[in-house]
Amino acid sequence: MRNPFGEMFRGFGAVFYKEALHIRRDQMALFFTLIIPLLQMVLLGFGIDTNVRQVRTIVLDENNHVESRELIDRLRNSDTFRVIAYAHTDRELNDAIISGRAKVAVKIPWDYSDQLLKHDTAQVLVLIDGSDSSVAGQTINVATAIGLDESLQRVLGGRQALPVEMRPQLLFNPDSRSPNFFLPGLTAVLLLNVTTFLTAFAIVREKEKGTLEQLFVTPVKPLGLMFGKILPYLGIGFGELCLILLLMVTAFRVPIHGNTVLLLVLSLPYLFVSLSIGLLVSSRANSQSEAMQLSFLTFLPSIFFSGYIFPRDTMPLPFYIISYFVPASYYINITRGIILRGAGIMHLWRDGLVLLGMGTGLILLAAKRFQKKVIAT
Amino acid sequence: MVTQVPSNSAPIRAENLTRRFGDFIAVSGVSLRVEKGEVFGLLGPNGSGKTTIIKMLTGLLPPSGGNAWVDGLDVRTHSEAVRERIGYMSQRFSLYDDLTVAENMQFYGRIYGLPAERLRKRIEAIVALNGLEPYLGRLAGKLSGGWKQRLALSCAMLHEPKIMFLDEPTAGIDPVARRQLWDLIFDLSGQGITFFVTTHYMDEAERCSHVAYIYYSKLIADGTPEALKALPDVNPPGTRRVEITAPEVTRALRMVREMDFIRSATIFGQSIHALVDDRFDVDDLKAQLAQSGIIVSEIRPLQPSLEDVFVALTYKHKAELEAVNA
Ligand SMILES: Nc1ncnc2c1ncn2[C@@H]1O[C@H](COP(=O)(O)OP(=O)(O)OP(=O)(O)O)[C@@H](O)[C@H]1O
Ligand SMILES: [Mg+2]
Repeated sequence: MRNPFGEMFRGFGAVFYKEALHIRRDQMALFFTLIIPLLQMVLLGFGIDTNVRQVRTIVLDENNHVESRELIDRLRNSDTFRVIAYAHTDRELNDAIISGRAKVAVKIPWDYSDQLLKHDTAQVLVLIDGSDSSVAGQTINVATAIGLDESLQRVLGGRQALPVEMRPQLLFNPDSRSPNFFLPGLTAVLLLNVTTFLTAFAIVREKEKGTLEQLFVTPVKPLGLMFGKILPYLGIGFGELCLILLLMVTAFRVPIHGNTVLLLVLSLPYLFVSLSIGLLVSSRANSQSEAMQLSFLTFLPSIFFSGYIFPRDTMPLPFYIISYFVPASYYINITRGIILRGAGIMHLWRDGLVLLGMGTGLILLAAKRFQKKVIAT
Repeated sequence: MVTQVPSNSAPIRAENLTRRFGDFIAVSGVSLRVEKGEVFGLLGPNGSGKTTIIKMLTGLLPPSGGNAWVDGLDVRTHSEAVRERIGYMSQRFSLYDDLTVAENMQFYGRIYGLPAERLRKRIEAIVALNGLEPYLGRLAGKLSGGWKQRLALSCAMLHEPKIMFLDEPTAGIDPVARRQLWDLIFDLSGQGITFFVTTHYMDEAERCSHVAYIYYSKLIADGTPEALKALPDVNPPGTRRVEITAPEVTRALRMVREMDFIRSATIFGQSIHALVDDRFDVDDLKAQLAQSGIIVSEIRPLQPSLEDVFVALTYKHKAELEAVNA
């Protein structure tokens, strides 16, 4: 008599071995599968810099005195503004903004230095192109800060030290480098490509060919079939993860502050969840294009509600609630925690456990759906 | 443990088997019995319900009504046990194209849990039977249609099932390959394996030891080919069948159909197969054709073919249906 546990997974070995053969046969596909997420990472990693720097600025200096030139120097010395041209008329100034040549226009009025001497308020007009909100927000802050600083210096006569100075210090990512913040989250999204997609395709291909129906008349058990199908892809997903981390550490110089082994171990439950989602997708989809669309559909919450792009804390309540059901939320917590903050198992075990629970639930659901299908096509 | 109904139970038995899809009835009250070692051929037009019957018998689809037993096991309650005892080659059976012939066989063997040594022996034995030896290392996708079907059959029988279900195993392969596959089927049935085969080919049906014909979800013929050919519906009293060989068969057919002792006539190759009544007179027919310049070379009595049987039964069934509807 077979043991009942082995019985539940009947056929696992055969399916696993066969799936591994498929993968080995099609090395071209394997190569592209592995290389594409890395390319995406390179493009996104080098392309995206969320810090606002060197904003193109045009200046109209009607005053043209020492005081106005000092102000312009301050603007230029901040990393935020880059003066690309000097205008001579209001019209030129406006044109530069409308045409997009400059994002910021600064107009120093003819009476700027006079007003300063009279101890009146000297007004400086700063026009900002609001079509890019992150640029606009940050430029406003910097421009206001420069104005405030200039005022204080003048009020205090320039010699006295400032009475209060705030010294904010960014922990974990001292240089505010975008890749440091961005890549750990991206890892979660990129892994979906080699997990959800691949498993969904692996099963739907058999549906299209008719071999799945054939398998259903054999004594293979749904769980044996599922695990046999996903385990080879768990291997691929894990390999991909290692490549991604390697690229992140070397090419992007994002160090892993925490324990790398812990990161790898806690990645397993996430890979498991994504693979199970692939199974679920394949229980629904009947063709490869359907599988592709459905998989993309499952990617969307991982991209938008996981904290990868928009911080979870500032989400509207409904989205915040949704984010609790998105596996990537937990995984991004794990990657950012370990990579950026050096978090340990005591901080992250809950996330790992939730992922493991999700994966188990999903794979049982998929097995149930396949069991039904066996007896109803 | 599974209890098996002992003694006289046939390998395959169905009673009043019915399957509905919504309002549509795909299989209606089908009863049949296939004995050990028989090659049972199920024929019928497209969409008549052949595949649906096989799916119910193999436990893939629960019947909406009636019962069926395979190897004495109720397919409703013991579908798992049934699956272990049967081999099934589905209508769309496909192999894994990117695996070799040997790998395909190994996969199916493993899935049935054959131990390595036994699997090796089984593959050896099957290869000796089906002649796949030279192709073992070739990718299944690179085989020709006939070889693919033989490999598919081999995969379906690695676990030594005593009962095989083949759904249109010869669809789309050439006549030589068809014959070879049937030779293989007869070899195996000689070893006591029971076959349930569907087909659209009359010549294949003629070779079966037992045939049935399904028409719009109902079984309308069931028996040995000889018994069916002797059915009164096929040979109405006072009629017989003749083969008329003549040049210009098409023109001859048009004329023959006009003659009043001819019940029906169709072209078969270079000759005409006709059902005639007792007024039939050979000389009269020859004379009438000769007037149009057609010289009959031979007229001889003819056994009804299975095709004649199915055509006759279909007409009768249609007429009955129309009578009921009217
Ligand atoms: N899952 C299903 N849902 C609805 N209708 C179905 C389903 N499966 C089969 N049918 C219908 O049942 C009828 C019988 O189909 P079946 O496949 O058994 O025919 P068949 O005799 O095997 O035909 P063919 O010679 O074309 O293979 C067809 O009209 C088909 O459309
Ligand atoms: Mg069919």
